[in-house]
Amino acid sequence: MVLKIIKDFVKHVIGRIFSKRSNVKLGFYGPPNGGKTTLANKICKDWLGEEMGQASKIPHETREISIKEKVNITYKDKTLTFKIADTPGIATKIDYEDFLHFGMNKTEAKKRAREATKGVIESIKWLDDMELVVIVLDSTQNPYNQVNITLIGNLVARKIPVLIVANKMDLRKSDIKSIEAAFPEYPVIGISAKNGNNIEEFYEQLFEMVK
Amino acid sequence: MASKLTIHFMPYDEISSLSGQERIKKLLKMILGDKIILLQGRLKADEEARLIEDTMVMIGHIRGFKGIELAVITPNKNITVFDQFRKGIAKMLLGDRDAMTVIGPASIVKEIKKDPSKIELFLKKV
Repeated sequence: MVLKIIKDFVKHVIGRIFSKRSNVKLGFYGPPNGGKTTLANKICKDWLGEEMGQASKIPHETREISIKEKVNITYKDKTLTFKIADTPGIATKIDYEDFLHFGMNKTEAKKRAREATKGVIESIKWLDDMELVVIVLDSTQNPYNQVNITLIGNLVARKIPVLIVANKMDLRKSDIKSIEAAFPEYPVIGISAKNGNNIEEFYEQLFEMVK
Repeated sequence: MASKLTIHFMPYDEISSLSGQERIKKLLKMILGDKIILLQGRLKADEEARLIEDTMVMIGHIRGFKGIELAVITPNKNITVFDQFRKGIAKMLLGDRDAMTVIGPASIVKEIKKDPSKIELFLKKV
């Protein structure tokens, strides 16, 4: 019995030392309002006990790259350490007038638009620093958005592995199959970052890709 | 009063000899002239990213410019391995000419809806 406890302890400690990869740079990318920050928050809350940033219904809420270092995630006795980057949503157009519909005044809306354009540039520049990218898409929206295609094209060109998350699966209009059909070459996991639905499958796929 | 909309067809040969930066400059210059461009072929992935970056810079610096709408339509991928190889070589040597790219200023083009084989342009009322 004692021998078994010692064996298990040694196996556990040694296993942890060898299975722990240091700071896998994991980026959350995608168009605005896909749920990047909600997913990053869910992960950070699960493993660090604190959130990463503020999510909002207003597009371009995240306008600067947000980083969390040393996020240890354990899945089936294996622990990996991630450096998580939540990035501003990538868009091809930003019109300050769109923000006026969310109750902002003209000055606030123009400021937000200015910061959002800088955020898009920053997101693209940071692509080179990533080792694994999770593209977070709103599964209620048409996936054939050129931003998604350009993003994937750039990741493929940089040989960065891609995991596609079809978020908001809790919504009635969610269509995960259309995302799978649009990107048949890539793993697609349907989740609800807000409710935590299917988050275990997400971790499983993440660990599969870091192997 | 009638309003005018210009759609400019650009054969790939028109940009094939240009550097990535020159291609983007040429496209953005036409977009600023309120033209919708139908480009034969497509830009490289890094050029598309660069086009988005330059567009973002311009939004902050050019009055009234709100960005672009962009869509690329590619032919059916259900082809034989041999044809894929043949097309891959041609793409490497001559660029990706099989696709069709639609780019327009966001001030005119409200939305481009795309499914695998169809592009729909929704224009803003002028």
